[in-house]
Amino acid sequence: MAVTLDQTIAQKQHTLLTRVFASQTFWVVIAVILACLFLSVATDSFATTKNLYNITRNVTFVAIVALGMTFVIITGGIDLSVGSVLCLCSMVLAVTMHAGYGIEIGIAAAIATALIIGAFNGILIAYLGFPPFVVTLGMLSIARSLAMVASNNTVVFQFGPDHDKLLALGGGAFVFGIANPVLYTIVLALITGFVLRWTKFGRHIFAIGGNEHAATLTGVPVRQIKVAVYMISALAAGIAGIIQTGWLGAVTTNLGNGMELQVIAATVIGGANLAGGMGTAFGAVVGAALIEVIRNSLGLLGINAFWQGVFIGGAILLAVLFDRLRNFRRNE
Amino acid sequence: MSVLELANISKHFGAIQAVNDVSLSIEAGQVVGLMGDNGAGKSTLVKMIAGNFRPSHGTMQMDGKELILHKPVEARQHGIEIVHQDLALCNNLTAAANVYLGRELRRGVGPFRILDYAAMYKRAGQIFAVLKSETRPRDLVKQMSGGQRQAVAIARTMLSQAKIVLMDEPTAAISVRQVAEVLNLIRHLRDQGIAVVLISHRMPDVFDVADRVIVMRRGRKVADKTIASSSPEEVTGLITGAIEQV
Repeated sequence: MAVTLDQTIAQKQHTLLTRVFASQTFWVVIAVILACLFLSVATDSFATTKNLYNITRNVTFVAIVALGMTFVIITGGIDLSVGSVLCLCSMVLAVTMHAGYGIEIGIAAAIATALIIGAFNGILIAYLGFPPFVVTLGMLSIARSLAMVASNNTVVFQFGPDHDKLLALGGGAFVFGIANPVLYTIVLALITGFVLRWTKFGRHIFAIGGNEHAATLTGVPVRQIKVAVYMISALAAGIAGIIQTGWLGAVTTNLGNGMELQVIAATVIGGANLAGGMGTAFGAVVGAALIEVIRNSLGLLGINAFWQGVFIGGAILLAVLFDRLRNFRRNE
Repeated sequence: MSVLELANISKHFGAIQAVNDVSLSIEAGQVVGLMGDNGAGKSTLVKMIAGNFRPSHGTMQMDGKELILHKPVEARQHGIEIVHQDLALCNNLTAAANVYLGRELRRGVGPFRILDYAAMYKRAGQIFAVLKSETRPRDLVKQMSGGQRQAVAIARTMLSQAKIVLMDEPTAAISVRQVAEVLNLIRHLRDQGIAVVLISHRMPDVFDVADRVIVMRRGRKVADKTIASSSPEEVTGLITGAIEQV
């Protein structure tokens, strides 16, 4: 039977199933599930309500920041300042509330701080052509220093009149005993996924990561979008900072130290490509989950905590290895 | 009637005269080969039509009305589309996404508008069918052949009611079989009543597909004649300067 041109054009090369099997995220999900099953059998302490509550809550801070980072990484950029921005926003919130202002003012101040920093990063990168690595490396140093200035390098643990509200916001469980940070993560992940897949903005982010020059030539507002993604990344860090403040009940100036590397690791494990053009919201969350499960399991299995870095590093390499293997096959 | 008419167009950058007193007119449904050596002024001329540069002197008319362009976007609004030499495609996106890049179709109301994947796949598929190209709208561009990539870039020009398509060296870096494919794409564009300006170094391609050839040398138009009344030898002579002017 002769195949007409119309049939060829209408043909779908990938079914849903082949697409799922081809995605790095899918295999990471499998890895997380297998690890959880193994740990449930191998230890008595893994599958307890308390441990699962801890894991899910610990995942959230990295996951929320990773969601913001995903936008930046898809455009082919990087944001190294997230850990410091998280700390600065926590500190702004803490200091504002400590001074006697309500929780609304505190949160507004923290969010405003995040957006200003994001806009600053974005404008230097998009309009003045600074390399993202350098700008955000500088901001990593600046934001942490500002956090120290704001608090005079002390620990803040009294949050004024709305002290209890803040602790409930971060440490409570409003719905069905699910930790609040988990709820926030789910909501933010759904929003991120929606924006990336269904909006013009999301489409343009992928276009910039794929071929920035082409995006410019076809009339995509590249500069504005770049500023927006760095603002989103800083905003995610700010939100995580607010929640973490409520959960911890205290803010120190080393909060979020080194977090940028965990966050980047989570997005990469979840299938984002540092060269740009690839990444998903689900992947960022799953990547963060895998890192946390590894961390948690080492403790439960009685393995020395010093080995943590080896296992997490191994997971990063393994995740990217899968991707490389697929590419080799395709190129042959 | 001519779609685009240039009258005494000149462009200089400081002391350098890139384009010098060029007049030409382009008809609908006609393929015009624009030839010349490197530095002859082809790119500068095309960039003025595309809205990248403003002419220093002279006027452009489109459908009898004066055409003044400040930005490339304005050229597009007037129905002037460009296929860039590097095609300006995003490898990580599907063919349909590339066709609609920067002009995505959306559905919904007010601020709650989402991308209309179904409509974009459908329309992109229709355009590929018109171009007689075996290109699947759902495939990623990174998996495509050179000819298919050209089809995607050309399909982009057919979204709106393009009147003129400027093609910059479309056959420069692809295989022989794909060159034939691209020349066919150009013929299909012409059959839609679109004027095509083909900037090319490749003599066989121009003589294969073009109706007219314009030759530029040192910023001046040195020839403008039908393909039938010219020959590759004559054009070569005009490009190198062995033949002064015809």
